[in-house]
Amino acid sequence: MSPSDQISIPPEALGHPLIDMLNLHRFIFCPGCLIGTVITSITSCLKERGLTSKDYAIVSGIGCTGRSSGCFKAPAFHTTHGRAIPFATGIKLANPKLKVIVLSGDGDLFAIGGNHFIHAARRNAEITVLCINNNIYGMTGGQVAPTSQIGDITSTTPYGNVEPPFNLVSLAAAAGATYVARWPGYDTLRLQKSIFKCIDNQGFSFIEVLAPCFVQYGSKNRLGDAVEMLEWLKKQVRIKVDWPPHQATFDFKKGIIICGEFVEEEQEGFSKKIEQLRIKAQNKKIDKLIKDSE
Amino acid sequence: MSKARFQEKRILTTGNYACAEGAITAGCLYFAGYPITPSSEIAAYMSRRLPQVNGTFIQMEDELASITSCFGASYAGMKAMTATSGPGFSLMAESIGLGVMLEAPAVIVTIMRGGPSTGQPTNASQSDVYQTRYASHGDYEIIVLAPSTVQEMYDLTIRAFNLSEKYRIPVIVASDGILGQMMEVVNIHSNIELVERKKPQVPPEKYKPFEAFDDDLVPGMAIAGTNYSFYVTGLTHDIEGNPEMTPEAAEVLIKRLCEKIRKARPQINDWEEKHLDDANIVILAYGINARGVPEVVEQARQKGYKVGLVRLKSLWPFPDELMERIGQMGASKVIVCEMNNGMIIREVQRFRHLFMVSGITIPTTIPFSPKFIYEKLMKEV
Ligand SMILES: Cc1ncc(C[n+]2csc(CCOP(=O)(O)OP(=O)(O)O)c2C)c(N)n1
Ligand code: SF4
Ligand SMILES: [Mg+2]
Repeated sequence: MSPSDQISIPPEALGHPLIDMLNLHRFIFCPGCLIGTVITSITSCLKERGLTSKDYAIVSGIGCTGRSSGCFKAPAFHTTHGRAIPFATGIKLANPKLKVIVLSGDGDLFAIGGNHFIHAARRNAEITVLCINNNIYGMTGGQVAPTSQIGDITSTTPYGNVEPPFNLVSLAAAAGATYVARWPGYDTLRLQKSIFKCIDNQGFSFIEVLAPCFVQYGSKNRLGDAVEMLEWLKKQVRIKVDWPPHQATFDFKKGIIICGEFVEEEQEGFSKKIEQLRIKAQNKKIDKLIKDSE
Repeated sequence: MSKARFQEKRILTTGNYACAEGAITAGCLYFAGYPITPSSEIAAYMSRRLPQVNGTFIQMEDELASITSCFGASYAGMKAMTATSGPGFSLMAESIGLGVMLEAPAVIVTIMRGGPSTGQPTNASQSDVYQTRYASHGDYEIIVLAPSTVQEMYDLTIRAFNLSEKYRIPVIVASDGILGQMMEVVNIHSNIELVERKKPQVPPEKYKPFEAFDDDLVPGMAIAGTNYSFYVTGLTHDIEGNPEMTPEAAEVLIKRLCEKIRKARPQINDWEEKHLDDANIVILAYGINARGVPEVVEQARQKGYKVGLVRLKSLWPFPDELMERIGQMGASKVIVCEMNNGMIIREVQRFRHLFMVSGITIPTTIPFSPKFIYEKLMKEV
């Protein structure tokens, strides 16, 4: 039987409430993976705000999470490994009216693309970055990531990982992000509240979403299937209010993952500052001063 | 196509500044770069000029970011440019392929310096000619222009924008450390033709981002911030942008991406020629290294040698038709002069069935003097 002979139900027939905003045929994620939940959370927020595809753009890098951009009916960009943030920065600066959302993996954003993350945060570029943190490279077969914990078994750490992980919350805060939160991917209510704040923030926003990969991380570390892993995660999550970012512990061994909002600041965004440069540059007097000094 | 009116003037300026001003003339509104000798003046000039014309300048954290942010800006509707030199171009390599796959217009200027590795930062070179053509992995075609004068730094940068908009592809301006730094008079023309990218040819609900309706094989380009939804990916894709992992999908896509450039060779290829009608020997050169050749040709002709000249103003796609014409017009030998160990000469050697090919190919940092070329020529006549 060829695939075309199989009886397939067109996604539209399933009556998904966000059907107008999603490309359901591009959801290629393993059943039980929270990447899909995050995509629908973002979409629900955009819908609730009355935003349509002319108001936003979605950018992703490479990996399982990298495939998420294709799920949005919007200008959506699947870029190169690690480069989602600079691509998004280019979109934002070229059209500051757009809400630009980056959705990518922990390896993509913090290994190969780590430099772009800290610089975009430092600039306070008005983009929202959501990281699907599954503590591993999902797509390439479960290799160690900069978010894997000490002792983790992965394809490339068969004797246990010896490198300490980044704490993404403290990293983002230290780099200058003006909104920083961490949520378990199953807690869509809190996640969506956070996404609204990102959409409204006139600066660099970051949400770390815990989304265990049972296929790669779970199997290698004997944590069970999708549901068992969620139970395992749930036991460790402690939601805190007003905790400083340096206390956002993330430790599977101790069984503690502090979640919540850690940074909420109002600071003028990067594209606004560029706008002010234009005013300066178009002031003939200042231009003459520069010319004279050269 | 639109005509832009400018105040006609003559200015004395450097190659790098002329290139940057050419970009402004072409309608560039976004520049992202990372400092590197001998290209840095382009960024500095853009940092001052772009805000004056409501554009955006950003110094990125590296070249990986610079090039990808240009593609982002391009997909938000702006004409975008970055400038670099060998080491920085190496870092851009992967994303050049992304630009080809996303069919994103953008201009990349490379001011060639000595290599490999850090090489000779403050010197000129032509050793990155292959790099401009083959930097990224995969099967693709690209457009590379090669200015020889400060005037051409201005003119060919404008042309690079026009070609990149027309064919929806990153276009590279390959200059060098001397041309970037030296000063010459540039004529700013009053009438300049500017090309804007093809818009979507169907309404949003019918739009498929990689569906080409016209003979030029170029699809209409939707941008973010309009009523069009589209998904573009560096994965092999079908006309709707769906990732497609079949052998057929690879063949269809790669053939179209290559063919849209190959079939446009007559419109893209550009060169200057002299005395080809009666030339027995043709000297072929490009970029900074071509500047001494006219003098050599005239000197040789005064002595009665039938020598002709070809100066390539575009390097890639390689002008095969020009080589065939040189053969048909009866030249028996082509001498290729280039400041590298032999790159363009290998393209010319593909036509050895039409004429003999010899080369003065030296991986040096200074252009060949007319005297030097003349002496070599005398050994060949
Ligand atoms: C330059 C480059 N190096 C390596 C790869 C291979 N690669 C693809 S996805 C990936 C890791 C993705 O991990 P992560 O970002 O955590 O995403 P996940 O699959 O876990 O969602 C790697 C290494 C690539 N595509 N490009
Ligand atoms: S491999 Fe892991 S991260 Fe990738 S889709 Fe499956 S569960 Fe999700
Ligand atoms: Mg991951």
